[in-house]
Amino acid sequence: MSVRIAVAQCSPALGAVRRNLEMHASWIARAREAGARLVVFPELSLTGYYLKDLAADVACAADDPQLGPIAEASRDIDISAGFVERSADAKLHIAQGYWSKGKLVHVHRKVYLPTYGIFDDGRYFGPGDRFETFKSVGGSTGVAICEDLWHVSTPYLYAAAGAAVVLAPSASPGRGVAEGGDLGTAESCRLMDRFYAQYLTLYVVYVNRVGHEDGIAFWGGSEIVAPDGTVVARAPEFDEHLLVGEIDPDLVARERARNPLLRDEREDIVLRNVAGRLGLPLERRD
Amino acid sequence: MTEVLSRTGVIRPDPKDPSALRIDEVLVRKMLVLFIRDETWKTRLKRAVVGVSGGVDSAVSVALASEALGPENVLGLFTPYRHSSQESRLHARAVSKQFGFTLEEVPITAQVDAYFRAAPVDESDPRIRIRMGNKMARERKSIEYDRSWPDGIVIGTSNKTELLLGYGTQFGDMACGINPVGDLYKTQLRELALHLGVPEEIVRKAPTAELWEGQTDEGELGFSYAEADLVLYHMVDRRLRPSELIAAGFDASLVNRIREMVRKNHYKRVMPLIAKVSLRTVGHDFLYPRDWEAD
Repeated sequence: MSVRIAVAQCSPALGAVRRNLEMHASWIARAREAGARLVVFPELSLTGYYLKDLAADVACAADDPQLGPIAEASRDIDISAGFVERSADAKLHIAQGYWSKGKLVHVHRKVYLPTYGIFDDGRYFGPGDRFETFKSVGGSTGVAICEDLWHVSTPYLYAAAGAAVVLAPSASPGRGVAEGGDLGTAESCRLMDRFYAQYLTLYVVYVNRVGHEDGIAFWGGSEIVAPDGTVVARAPEFDEHLLVGEIDPDLVARERARNPLLRDEREDIVLRNVAGRLGLPLERRD
Repeated sequence: MTEVLSRTGVIRPDPKDPSALRIDEVLVRKMLVLFIRDETWKTRLKRAVVGVSGGVDSAVSVALASEALGPENVLGLFTPYRHSSQESRLHARAVSKQFGFTLEEVPITAQVDAYFRAAPVDESDPRIRIRMGNKMARERKSIEYDRSWPDGIVIGTSNKTELLLGYGTQFGDMACGINPVGDLYKTQLRELALHLGVPEEIVRKAPTAELWEGQTDEGELGFSYAEADLVLYHMVDRRLRPSELIAAGFDASLVNRIREMVRKNHYKRVMPLIAKVSLRTVGHDFLYPRDWEAD
């Protein structure tokens, strides 16, 4: 039984949470009309990305009433959206929530905060410290926010924990316009999405935004890539788009039967190897 | 996969190979049109004002602005000084005709000459020429800003080569609200210009700021844009050190001269320095995005 999901390739307003809540409501309505059981929004979809000092102004706790309209809208369609989370100990995090049946069921805090080139996440935010799976409409699921996905260990850890789906909300700036191909960033992302999907035998749902912030263009190109490496659906570049596609848990099972890479994965070796290098050697039990 | 690598991973610096500078014009055009539209509307402005000199840079800027906002929302200003050529005027008009925006001619001779008449100067002195050139550039820009009020934005025309070399007048031709062409080298702009339909005559002619009669950019700089662009591309975009470029066969004096121009003129590319004395200071630790939107 496949599950229809939607990706809201939208253009959030920078620092304007109320306007973004209204914007979310309209995309949620469209996703519902399209028969989707889940709609996924890009990174920081409720606040905009290049917030700088605005980060503190728009931050709220994950259970803040400000996010009430999202929880409320999730009664008949699951919603994953991005916001700035202020933790109980007043740290700011780039967060992606997952709401279902009126409740917040999972929050992922971006672990890898790029602070180089055009990025300055680490100046304004604190890092998350875990990769935890949860159950979404597509089955066991992990969230990788933008730079998280670029670290091979992120989707690996999710796959090892049994995830069938990786949701990858992003705010990826488009760059690289050399002749003879696609946008440089697009090529890198597509390579990454397909590689992870096919070799970890799971669905990658890449959700990128569009629009501009301070002269930087977010390139869109959201896509759903299946565990056999095929592209289920792909949105256009640079334009707003509601992308709808099916996720088929049976395909995950078939691909894992055909190609049992995860079954044969030796996490114990990974663990010993890493622990040894970090000076925390583990005893062999075998 | 091999293609990806050949385009992004293994570009070698070679003074005889300008192909590294080639761009995907269709993609760049789309990105720049969306940039102008988004960044203009976001500030609740709807018109664009562009200084149209008859040269290729302003032709590209005004063409992109016309496509982004509709030619009816674009005002081109041709602002000749007495040195400006009839050819420039005809080229500015040709660009207006091609892209459908309104072109107005606002001469600046009277005000510039009135200013310098107050303390007579010797126009053959190269230092005076530079002062006069700067004055003309700022005079033009003050007119563009005046004509942009109340609902227009001034669109910049400085290309990446000029910005990096600092070959422009601060608060003059370098001033603008937004600049769609500032990340394109001169040779890339020419490529985009042809794609946009800028008349070939304009694209191929020798670039000049017409600050004095017979002036050309390349004559004044002492090297060609093609040479400078390739050095800058490898130095800036690909992050190669001057020594690596020289080892790859680039002319040492050219590389060092360009590197020094980039360094010396960096102040022109950044906001003026503000002395920090308080707990929170504009530009230092009061850091809000420019596209800070109303809620």
